[in-house]
Amino acid sequence: MSRSNYKRSFELAGSEVPPLEGFREAHIWQILETVCDPEVPVLSILDLGIVRNVKLLPCSPLGDGGKDGGIEIVITPTYTGCPAMDMIAMNIKFALIENGYKNIKITSVLSPAWTTDWMSEAGKEKLKAYGIAPPNVKQQVCNHDLFVPDKAVQCPRCNSFHTHRISEFGSTACKALHQCDDCKEPFDYFKCH
Amino acid sequence: MAISSQHLIDFILSQADTTLILSQRNSEWCGHGPVLEQDIAITNISLDLLGQSRNFYQYAALLTGGDCDENKLAYLRKEREFKNLLLAEQPNGDWGQTILRQYLFSQFQYLLFEKLQNSNDEQLAAITTKALKEIKYHLRWSSEWVIRLGDGTKESHTRMLHATNELWRYTGEMFMPANYESIAGVDFSLLKEEWNKKIKSIFEEATLSIPENVFMQTGGKDGTHTEQMGFILAELQYVQRAYPNSEW
Repeated sequence: MSRSNYKRSFELAGSEVPPLEGFREAHIWQILETVCDPEVPVLSILDLGIVRNVKLLPCSPLGDGGKDGGIEIVITPTYTGCPAMDMIAMNIKFALIENGYKNIKITSVLSPAWTTDWMSEAGKEKLKAYGIAPPNVKQQVCNHDLFVPDKAVQCPRCNSFHTHRISEFGSTACKALHQCDDCKEPFDYFKCH
Repeated sequence: MAISSQHLIDFILSQADTTLILSQRNSEWCGHGPVLEQDIAITNISLDLLGQSRNFYQYAALLTGGDCDENKLAYLRKEREFKNLLLAEQPNGDWGQTILRQYLFSQFQYLLFEKLQNSNDEQLAAITTKALKEIKYHLRWSSEWVIRLGDGTKESHTRMLHATNELWRYTGEMFMPANYESIAGVDFSLLKEEWNKKIKSIFEEATLSIPENVFMQTGGKDGTHTEQMGFILAELQYVQRAYPNSEW
């Protein structure tokens, strides 16, 4: 089930979640929290909203406490051509194997398409502290008009809104290049998508 | 295999091939762009296109079944099996020609994918919905550059005229559907009207005129390519051909 549904099911009716399965799923989400984006290592894949679902396959009653039932992790790519996605899928597998899980299947789904609106608030704070301006709410990308400056992007260093875009393509697929007109620092902006 | 399944595979492959070949062309700019930011921009677009082509190849491989995979489709097919648009394989020329090629294609791709995102085929709809988000960036960037260069200096304007003369003959093919494209359920004559309207408005702003009575080259969609294609594949497929089954 999805992360929010999973949490809610505990809140609403803890007893409906079988204790063993509930434990396994909570444990898996904890492990996923430790897997980071290789390009932006301050963000976990949960901050980014990459993990869409965790599916537990039924485990055998003779198993070792529920760890060998098989797991399917459903992820979605951020950008179509992002080379980090292959590495993220591999790192998810490694993290789960290190924690004793077996039979891990990583499935990538394209729909619904990933959006920066799925990025957690905590993730946005971490990005800013790291020196990357977090995405504004999805608006510019929907704007087809030419030569229109971005809505004010806040400088992650001095907090000024007095900034301008240098290029809408940056060091990775997810970033644009901006510069602050007050402190003069160039900075990356995690562009809305 | 039913005709419709083969048509779907061919259509998916044509989309994969066009995005792969254009990606390969754009990537030739890596380290050679006129300024650093624009070098980064064109290679970012190249990467997006490569991602799109991987999605299409993976889907085509799934539909084909057996031991088919994305690498076999990209690296081990011959020139006559590639179904990409002739426009995609044309040489980079100068920066203006590269920009114009990207704009003519992005405008087409945007309008086409806008329709394909509502396709009954769920995976085709998913791939194109996702790609559209990136194409919007490509389209905005390339439109701005066509205007900047066309309505720029005398030199940049002359170069854009040259680029238009070089590339225009490859634009007609986009709207002449191959047999297999019937599967897409797209009205290509309507698409052509929409495309022409958009191109006209950007060209006007760029002070460029649209060439008239140009003979349109065709064949790419059915595997008959210009002389450029062999050279592209020679470079693209070199490692797999020289060291079969090698893996990264």
